[in-house]
Amino acid sequence: MTPHMLTRSLDRSATIFLAVVAACGILIPLSNLLLPVGSFLQVPTYLVALWGKYVCYAILALAIDLIWGYCGILSLGHGAFFALGGYAMGMYLMRQIGTRGVYGNPILPDFMVFLNWQKLPWYWYGFDMFWFAALMVLVVPGLLAFCFGWLAFRSRVTGVYLSIITQAMTYALLLAFFRNDFGFGGNNGLTDFKDILGFNVQAEGTRAALFALSCLALIIGFLICRAIVSSKLGKVLIAVRDAESRTRFLGYRVESYKLFVFTVSACMAGVAGALYVPQVGIINPSEFAPGNSIEAVIWVAVGGRGTLVGAALGAVVVNYAKTFFTSGVLAPYWLFMLGALFILVTLLLPKGIVGTFNAWWDSSKEKRTATSVSAAAEDGVTEPKMMAE
Amino acid sequence: MPAHLSARLCSLALALFLIAFALPAFAGPFEDAVAKFANDDFSDTEEAIGVVAGSGNKLAFPIISALQDGRLMADPDSKKVYVTGADGKSIDAATGEAVASVPDSASAVRLNNRLRRSVDAALGSLTLQSPDVGTRLQAAQSVFKSHEETALEAVEAALAKESNRSVKAALGEARAAILLFKSDATEVEKLEAVATLKARGDQEALALLTGMGDQPASVTKAAASAIGSIQNSLAVWSMVQNAWYGLSLGSVLLLAAIGLAITFGVMGVINMAHGEMVMLGAYTTFVVQEVIRSRYPGLFDYSLLIAVPLAFLVAGAIGVLIERSIIRFLYGRPLETLLATWGLSLVLQQAVRTMFGPTNREVGNPSWMSGAFELGQITITYNRLWILLFTLAVFAILLAMLRYTALGLEMRAVTQNRRMAASMGIATSRVDALTFGLGSGIAGIAGVALSQIDNVSPNLGQSYIIDSFMVVVFGGVGNLWGTLVGAFTLGIANKFLEPVAGAVLGKIAILVLIILFIQKRPRGLFALKGRAVEA
Repeated sequence: MTPHMLTRSLDRSATIFLAVVAACGILIPLSNLLLPVGSFLQVPTYLVALWGKYVCYAILALAIDLIWGYCGILSLGHGAFFALGGYAMGMYLMRQIGTRGVYGNPILPDFMVFLNWQKLPWYWYGFDMFWFAALMVLVVPGLLAFCFGWLAFRSRVTGVYLSIITQAMTYALLLAFFRNDFGFGGNNGLTDFKDILGFNVQAEGTRAALFALSCLALIIGFLICRAIVSSKLGKVLIAVRDAESRTRFLGYRVESYKLFVFTVSACMAGVAGALYVPQVGIINPSEFAPGNSIEAVIWVAVGGRGTLVGAALGAVVVNYAKTFFTSGVLAPYWLFMLGALFILVTLLLPKGIVGTFNAWWDSSKEKRTATSVSAAAEDGVTEPKMMAE
Repeated sequence: MPAHLSARLCSLALALFLIAFALPAFAGPFEDAVAKFANDDFSDTEEAIGVVAGSGNKLAFPIISALQDGRLMADPDSKKVYVTGADGKSIDAATGEAVASVPDSASAVRLNNRLRRSVDAALGSLTLQSPDVGTRLQAAQSVFKSHEETALEAVEAALAKESNRSVKAALGEARAAILLFKSDATEVEKLEAVATLKARGDQEALALLTGMGDQPASVTKAAASAIGSIQNSLAVWSMVQNAWYGLSLGSVLLLAAIGLAITFGVMGVINMAHGEMVMLGAYTTFVVQEVIRSRYPGLFDYSLLIAVPLAFLVAGAIGVLIERSIIRFLYGRPLETLLATWGLSLVLQQAVRTMFGPTNREVGNPSWMSGAFELGQITITYNRLWILLFTLAVFAILLAMLRYTALGLEMRAVTQNRRMAASMGIATSRVDALTFGLGSGIAGIAGVALSQIDNVSPNLGQSYIIDSFMVVVFGGVGNLWGTLVGAFTLGIANKFLEPVAGAVLGKIAILVLIILFIQKRPRGLFALKGRAVEA
C-alpha cells in the first residue's frame, strides 16, 4: 500500500517505528480476543482501551511535530482541533443512541430533551450518517485551521504572537462549549454512547478493532508527514522554520506553505480526536483547556522535535508516566514531575530523546564523514534568534 | 435618702401596676373599635381599621398587620378579638394581655379587596411616624410604591413633622405619587407631582409616569417631557455604570498585566509562570493576615500595607532566582522559554497546593476596603475604588522608575540595544535579572490587591495569564502606555458587551476581536517603531 517513492525516504528509525506500530496494531487485539482471559500473554481489555488512548495522543503529537518541528509554528491550540474532531465523532455516536436514551427521544439527544429543545439544531443534521460525521472530522478542524491560518500567516503573525493567539482560540472555544445553549451538551459534553456502525462501543471486539484502527491511522499519518517533510515542499518548510524572511526574499510564498501544513496538521489532530472519543467514551469541553494543548507540545519536546518518530514516542512515554504516577502513592508529585520535565527537557535535552540518540548514533558511526550543515538542519538545530531590538 | 427613694420606687411600681391592669377596665374608643372586628361586617371592619390606625395605641401595628396576614381572630359570641403570633402565642387585641388559647368559636377576620387596600394604607401610615429613621424611610418608600389615596393624610401629617432630610424627600415623593393618581387633585398639584417624580428620575418614577392613565392635557404634556428626560438620564447613568465596571475590570487587568509588560514587553521573555507570581503575592497576603490574626489582631487594618512590600520581595526574589537558574539559558529561544516557564508554573502551583492545601484560603478585607457608597444612581464599592487607585499608583511609580532611576535607564538601554549597552559598561546579565525580578515583584503586588476580590487558591494565577497576555499583546509589546490603554479598552469593551451578549459570549467576542485585531496590527496598538527585522 505504500508507494515506492515513500519507502525510499524511510530511514532506519522510521522503519523500526512502523514495524513496531504495525506489530502492536495486529498482536495486541489478537492477544486480547483469542487468548483465554487471565493467561500470561493475554492483554486485558482495559489496557487495550488505555493504549488506544496513547496511540491517539501519538497521532496528535505527530500533527504538532509536523508544524512545530518542521515549520517552526508553535501552536498552543492544537487541542482545539483534536477536540473538534472528537465532538464530530461524538455527535455521530449521540445520534446512534436513538430511543435508548433516558428520555427515549428518537431524534434529540438526552441533553436537548432536558433543555426543552423542540427540534434538532441545523448543525446536528447529517450526523446520523457515519460518512458525513467522518467527513466533518476532517472538514471542521481543517476549515477552522484554514481560516485561522489564512488570517494569521498572511498578516505575518509569527513566533510567540501566534502561540498566544492559538491559545486564545482554544480558550474561546472552551468558553463557548461550556455554554448549554451552544448545543453540544455544555459542561457534561457528549457521553453515554451505545454503538458505532452497529457495533457496541463497550464490546471487546469493537475496542480491539478501534485500537487496530488507531494504529493504522498512526501509520498512515506518519507516512503522510514523512512524505511531506521529505519532499521538496518539506525542504521549503524547514527553510521557513530556520529563516523565514530569507525564504520569503528568495521568492517563496511562505504563507501558502505554512497554511498548507497547518491545515493538514489540524486534520490529523481531528482524526486523532475522532478515534479517541469512542475509546474513552466521553468528550467534554475540558479537552479545549489551554493546558492540554501545552502538554501535548511537551510530548513532542520530550520525544524529539522534528523527528516525527520522537513525537509519537514522547506522547506514549509521557502519558504512560502520567498513568503510572497518578494512579499510585506518588500522585501528588505528578505535577512536580511534569513541570520538571518541561524545564529539564528544554534546558538539558533540547533535541529530545530521539534527536539526542540520533545525534549520538550519527557521530559515533560516521565520525569520518563530516556532518554538514544539512544534517544539522535535519536534527532541528536552529540558529539562535535575536529578539527585535 | 434610701427610705425616700424606696418610697418613690414603691409608688412608681404601684402606678405601673395600675396602668397595666386597671386600664382595660375603662373601655375607650380604641377598645370599642377593636370589638367591631368581631361583627363580621365589612363596613364595621373598615371603620375599626380607621380608628385603630389613628389611635396611636402601640397595639395598633400588631393588630393591623395580623389583620393583613389573617392572624386576627374574632370570637362573635364574646366579642373578643385576639392576635395570634407566628410563634403560636396569642394576645388579647384590646388589652395586649397574653391569653393561653384562642377559643374554638373564634375565626379569622375576613377581608375583601377594598379592605385590603385600606389595611395596606393603614400599615403604611402607622410606620410613617415610627421613631426609627430606617423604618420611616422604608414606610415612605412603600407608600410611594402603593400610592394609595387613603395614605395621603398620613403622609402629609408625617411630612409636617419630619426632620430627617432623606425621609422628607421620600415622603415628598410618596405624596407626589399619590397626588398623581388621585382623581380629584388639582392640576397644579399634579404638575408639581410630575416635577417631583422627574427630579427623582429613576426606574420607578418612570413606571409611575408611564402608567398614570387619563390626565388633563397639561399634565400629560409635562409627564411626556418628564418621561423623556428620565429616560435620557437613566441611559446616561447606565453608561456611567458600565464605564465604572469597565474601569474596575480594566484596573484588575492592568494590575495583572503590568508585570508581564515588563518581562514580556521589555525583555521579550514569555513568562507563563507570571500568573503564579500573582498567586504567590496573594498567598503572602494570606500568611501576613494569619500572623496578624494570631499575634497582633489590632494591626489587621494595616495588613495590606504590610503585605505589599513583602509580596514584592517574595515574588521578586523568586523571579530573580528563576531568571538566574532557568531563563538566562534560554534567551533568544522564546518558544522554549514558554515551555520551561509553563513547567515552572505547574511546579509552583503544586508546591503551593502541597503547602497550603488545594482549597480556597480566606483573606479578609480591612475595614477601609469594605462597604460601598452611592454616587447618583450607581453604587461604588470601596475595594474596587481602592484597587483602581492602587493600580494607577503602581503604574505611575513604575513609569517614574523607568524614566528617572539609574536602573531604569540601564533597563531601557539593554532593551533598545543589548550589545551597545554592554559596550558602554552596563552589566547586562545583572540588569536582566533585576528586570525580571521587578516584573515578578509587581506581579506579587498585584496578587495582594487581587486577593481582595478573588478566591485565593493555587489556581488563582491561571485565570489571569491568558487575559494578561491579551492585554500586553493588544496594547503593544514594549510599551507601558500601550498596556494601560489596552487594559482599560478591553475592560470597558467587555463590560459594554456584557449586557448585550451575556458574560461568556462577551468574553468570547473580546477574544475573537483580539485575534482579528492582531491580524491587522501584529505588533499591537502602540507598536515600537524600528528597523529591526526578525530572523
